[in-house]
Amino acid sequence: MARITAGVATSHVPAIGAALDLGKSADAYWAPVFKGYEFSKRWIAAAKPDVVILVYNDHATAFSLDLVPTFAIGCAASFTPADEGWGARPVPVVEGHPELADHIAQSVIQQDFDLTIVNRLDVDHGLTVPLSLMFGQPQAWPCRVIPIAVNVVLYPPPSGQRCYNLGKAIRRAVDSFDGDLNVQIWGTGGMSHQLQGPRAGLINREFDNAFLDRLIHDPQAQARVPHIEYVREAGSEGIELVMWLLMRGALDARVREVHRFYHVPASNTALGHLILENPAEPDGRGDPQA
Amino acid sequence: MTADKPYADVPGTTIFDTDQARLGYHLNMFCMSLLKAANRERFRAGERAYLDEWPMTEDQKRAVLARDYNRMIALGGNIYYLAKLFATDGKSFQYAAALMTGMSQEDYARMMKEGGRPIEGNRRVGEKARG
Repeated sequence: MARITAGVATSHVPAIGAALDLGKSADAYWAPVFKGYEFSKRWIAAAKPDVVILVYNDHATAFSLDLVPTFAIGCAASFTPADEGWGARPVPVVEGHPELADHIAQSVIQQDFDLTIVNRLDVDHGLTVPLSLMFGQPQAWPCRVIPIAVNVVLYPPPSGQRCYNLGKAIRRAVDSFDGDLNVQIWGTGGMSHQLQGPRAGLINREFDNAFLDRLIHDPQAQARVPHIEYVREAGSEGIELVMWLLMRGALDARVREVHRFYHVPASNTALGHLILENPAEPDGRGDPQA
Repeated sequence: MTADKPYADVPGTTIFDTDQARLGYHLNMFCMSLLKAANRERFRAGERAYLDEWPMTEDQKRAVLARDYNRMIALGGNIYYLAKLFATDGKSFQYAAALMTGMSQEDYARMMKEGGRPIEGNRRVGEKARG
C-alpha cells in the first residue's frame, strides 16, 4: 500500500538554481540559504522517498496563454528540464511515475477535481530548484517525481481552500494505490515576494511566519484566507503560497514539525522551508482531516 | 471587464487578470517565442523586424525596444513572460525588479539584504508611509 509519509515546503527562487549551477553556493550571499537545507539533505537521505508528488507552478514555460490549466498532473515517464531563456539548467532528467500518476488522476477526477492530464511537460525552475535544494547535485535524481502544476500566474489562481481540498483528494488517491510506495508531497513557491512594478521587493516577515504557524497547526483557518490578503500582504507573487496548502491537505491533521527555516533575502524573495512528517502510525487513514 | 477587482488599490502593483491577459496576449506570446534559442538569435539580429512579425500595438513594440518593463506591464505584459526578454538580454529578475522600482540595482540589492521593502505604508494607495 502506498503511503504519504511526509510533506516538504520550500521556495523555488530561480536565482538559487543559478547560484548552484554556477558554483556560487559557498559565496557569502548564498551560503546561509544552503545552510538551511543541510539538515534537509541528511533527512531525505534517510527518509528515501520512492515518489515525490511535487506541487509547483509553471512560469510561462510549458504552458502559455494558449493553454492555462488551473491544475495539471504530469503522467509521463520523464520530464525534461526546460530552457527558460538562458539555456536549460544542467540537472538530470526528471523521472515520472506514470502508474501512480494515472491512478491519482483517475481517483481525483472522480472526487470532482478536474485535473488536466499532461504527457509532455518540460519542467522549469519551479520544479527543479526544490529538487536541487533537497538532493544537491546528483547524477540522477534519487526518486520518481509526479509534477502537479497549479496556475498562479494568470489571476485568479485556485483558492487556498480549493488547493487544500485537492490535497485531501490526492491523499485518498495515494492511500488507495495498490503498490508499496513511500510517497512524499512537496509544496513549493513563495514566500512573500513581488517581482513587478514599483512595489517590487516587498517582504513581509510577520505575514510569512504567521502563515508558517497556521499552515502547521491550523491549516483549515489558513485555507479560508482569500487571495487579496496574499496579494496585499505578501506581494503579487506571494500568492504562490496557496500551493503549500495543497501539500498540507495531503498530510494528517496533526503533523510533526521536523525542520523549519526562514531567510531573507534570496534575490527578491523571502525564502521559507518546512519539513512535516505524518505520525508513523497513521490515524484516520482515508480522510485524515474530515 | 472583470467586475470584482479588490486588488485595484494595491499600490505599485498590476494584477495579471484576464483583462490584462487579453490586452497583452501578443506581447506575451512574442516573449514566449524567445524560449527558443534560434528565435533569440533572430531577435537580437534585428529587434524591430522581429517585433513586426507579431500583431502587437505600436505602443507595445516601443515599450519592448525601450525595455520599459513598467510600460510593458501596463500594456498587458506579465513578469514571467517578460522574463524571457530580460533573459535574452542576459539580465536577472533582480535587475528587472530594480529597474521597475526606479532604483539602481545596487540600491535595490541593498534594500533586499536589509529585509526588503516594508509592508508598512505599502498596503493601500494613499496610505501614509511610516518613517
